[in-house]
Amino acid sequence: MNKLWIWGPLGLFLMFSGLAAYQLTQPKDEFVQSTMIGKPIPDFDLRPAHQDRPGLAIADLKDGKPKLLNIWASWCVPCIAEAPHLEALNRAGAEIVGVAIRDRPADVARFLAQHGNPYTRIGADDLSEVQLSVGSSGVPETFVVDGNGIILHQHIGDVRAEHVPMLLQKLAEAGA
Amino acid sequence: MMRFILAILSAALIVMPASAQQTLPPAPLAYEQLSDPAQEEAAQALMETLRCLKCQSQSIADSDAPMAGDMRHQVRSRIAAGEEPEAIRAWLVERYGDYVSYAPTVSNTTWPLFAIPLLLLIVAGVIIRRRVGKRS
Repeated sequence: MNKLWIWGPLGLFLMFSGLAAYQLTQPKDEFVQSTMIGKPIPDFDLRPAHQDRPGLAIADLKDGKPKLLNIWASWCVPCIAEAPHLEALNRAGAEIVGVAIRDRPADVARFLAQHGNPYTRIGADDLSEVQLSVGSSGVPETFVVDGNGIILHQHIGDVRAEHVPMLLQKLAEAGA
Repeated sequence: MMRFILAILSAALIVMPASAQQTLPPAPLAYEQLSDPAQEEAAQALMETLRCLKCQSQSIADSDAPMAGDMRHQVRSRIAAGEEPEAIRAWLVERYGDYVSYAPTVSNTTWPLFAIPLLLLIVAGVIIRRRVGKRS
């Protein structure tokens, strides 16, 4: 009986190395999920980020129509990649409102002129306050918001072609 | 060969400024301390235990990421407005989960971390007592 005990430490060691080896083979989840899904977006009121579009306030998200809330920035490279797919969502009838993070009006205008403007409203979030209040940790992120300003879904990273039907589906479920 | 390396290095130098992007100045309270030392101390203590969401494995007090600056502004302005540090932490945890806080908490998933060392201490104590008891 006593003899068997001496294998204990080796067994423990193998168990830990096995665990570490297993974890190394697992894909790393680097996304920080918002824990605000199912909760209402807190109050906010942002000035317009672009002269051609009004700013964005909480009342605009509570007008009864489900929307996509796209958090983006003109300095964000993946936002360029996602622009055509936001355009596709827009053509399919999705209403998209934008929150521009730490951006200048001139840069916003240049970006929209180059990559298209799928937004009905764009608020300027200079201190990332709205971004923090909805639990977003980067750009771009897209939230599906129902007609009462409740967050239904968070899409982290750029919207790609394969995400368009999924986002339209979420909007339809919300009654768009 | 040397020329080739130099050419690549200088090309890298030319390319680099393109990645310097965000031109907006940092948030007012990102690098500015609060005038009340007690409030600043409370803010600093809290900021050291909040995770930078962009850079990860760094606190917002340690990070120069613009978003960490905005989080510091959030912390300092709320403390200046009289909010309790733990209320600010709770506000962030409500949005990002426990992940955003470095402060250890006992929860459904973390209780073994606190229980196992205690258990090991007790087992070690029992073993030592038995051995010492045998000898004497």
